[in-house]
Amino acid sequence: MGTHHYNLSEQFEFTGKVKILSIVGIVIGILTIAYGLFFNSDHITHERTFANLLLMGYYFACVCMSATFFLAIQFVAQAGWSASILRVPQAMAKNLPWAALILIAITGFGLYTHNLYHHWNAEGLTDPNSPHYDSLIAGKAVFLNVPFFMIRQVVFMGSYAIFAHFVTKWSYNEDLTGGLTSYNKSFKYSCIFLVIYGFTTPIFAFDNIMSLEAHWFSTMFGWYNFASMWVSTLAIIAIVIILLRKAGYMSWVNNSHLHNLGQFIFGFSIFWTYVWFAQFLLIYYANMSEETVYFYKRFNSYEFWFYLNLVLNFLSPLLLLMDRDNKRSENILLVVSIIVVCGHWVDYYQMIMPGVFEFGAKSGSGFGILEIGITLGFVGLFTYTVLSALSKKPLVAKNHPLLQESLNHHL
Amino acid sequence: MSNIKYILGSFGDPDEMLTGIKKLQENNISIYDVYTPMPIHGIEAKLGVKRSRLDIAAFFFGITGTITMLTGVYLATVVDWPVNIGGKTHFALPDFIPITFELTILFCAFGLVGSYYASTHLFPGRAPRVMDLRATDDRFVIAIDAKQNTEHEKIDELLKGAGALEVKHNERKYISYE
Repeated sequence: MGTHHYNLSEQFEFTGKVKILSIVGIVIGILTIAYGLFFNSDHITHERTFANLLLMGYYFACVCMSATFFLAIQFVAQAGWSASILRVPQAMAKNLPWAALILIAITGFGLYTHNLYHHWNAEGLTDPNSPHYDSLIAGKAVFLNVPFFMIRQVVFMGSYAIFAHFVTKWSYNEDLTGGLTSYNKSFKYSCIFLVIYGFTTPIFAFDNIMSLEAHWFSTMFGWYNFASMWVSTLAIIAIVIILLRKAGYMSWVNNSHLHNLGQFIFGFSIFWTYVWFAQFLLIYYANMSEETVYFYKRFNSYEFWFYLNLVLNFLSPLLLLMDRDNKRSENILLVVSIIVVCGHWVDYYQMIMPGVFEFGAKSGSGFGILEIGITLGFVGLFTYTVLSALSKKPLVAKNHPLLQESLNHHL
Repeated sequence: MSNIKYILGSFGDPDEMLTGIKKLQENNISIYDVYTPMPIHGIEAKLGVKRSRLDIAAFFFGITGTITMLTGVYLATVVDWPVNIGGKTHFALPDFIPITFELTILFCAFGLVGSYYASTHLFPGRAPRVMDLRATDDRFVIAIDAKQNTEHEKIDELLKGAGALEVKHNERKYISYE
């Protein structure tokens, strides 16, 4: 192992085509939202716009949250291999406050305009004298009511955002001062963060997604969502690093780092399938109508998406990433990561859409301008915010105590 | 022509052994194998050892388990004794995914244990193949094929120069034949 000489103060420049394309994406997104909300008077289109906003807002917030989770895990495990790539998840974690605000705004306006969560947020559902009285929903009203829902959203994402802010700040301080103070502080607060995160993400998923169909519930749902957000974040981290390398940055990242990320993506795709299947099998086997209704909807008008979900998120990573050489190959890992990121869009799509629309012939969901436009908008927003956060600081935390281990990483 | 089959350089320190490997390679002397009491990181790459094919074997053992279980379930639930369970089809695949998974793992594990025993000659009742006993304890041993590399004195010198504590000229490949 020779001594390498890397430029450790290398900084990313966010200019040119990428910047223009991401701004174009944001503009397309805003135009699509305006088209969906203001140039259309029918209720179904409004619902569909909100469903898509919830999908992408949730995806965006989950990616930023899980990037924070990634940082915390690396500190708690005292992982050496990742020390030189931490700036990429840090750039995502820095956007968590914005992502949280966007998601809170979407759910808040969705509740206010009754476009989202109408299974539990409608007139008279909890009033015994009303013709719309629903005893099941009334029983859940202690938990599922608008003020408590909004408080949970703010408290959960607020606590993640506070940790994300400090853990990135300490890392920037470390660049200036060196020493172990920042590292030890990050270690300590990462332990606390992981406990909070572990207990609150299932509830976060229950609130945002599962309560769309408030009569139905599954205790696996929280972990199923956790697996989804975690594996899609790992894939996005891999995509950003590979694209940076292709643009000539981060020369210290070798294929052993990619191998680790590939193992992560492979392993957690299998974990996702395991959790997905654990939820499915019990419902399928017990065959009770109040539980099977969830899959009945998905089997009958979302059949294509249902199977596409398994092909993209289970079969593709399983078959394409099983081989060691594939995990170490830049191009194959990039392709699989893109498949996984799109796959989890499909996953969220078939979680959200059947819950928002009335089931049956007049179902309003589909795949068209609204889906594509809003997705492009959020992709543009994500690219713009992450890359501008990345360009403000050097691409490597040069005083990280385990940096040498990462630079000489070899599997 | 002497009867020496293998030359063993026995080192007390892994760094000195690595120097020995480097010197031998600089002089174009091919190394038969290296035996160490503990794993040394990156030594496979240095010696140019080919990648193990164990993972490919594992895949095929596993797929054999999958096919065996699915065939067994099909024969039992469809061909031999169809029973109506909760109105489901006879071959209700999701029900049998967990057991199929288990059998895949079982076949894979047993197959790999068998492959390991076969490739290392660790059959029950057979003496293991060891070139130098102290390589299992506190010595780092480089083995050189003496028939392929005929400059024995030069090899001795190189090994000694790198810090070998002992150089053996063995007339038998393994000291522990049955």
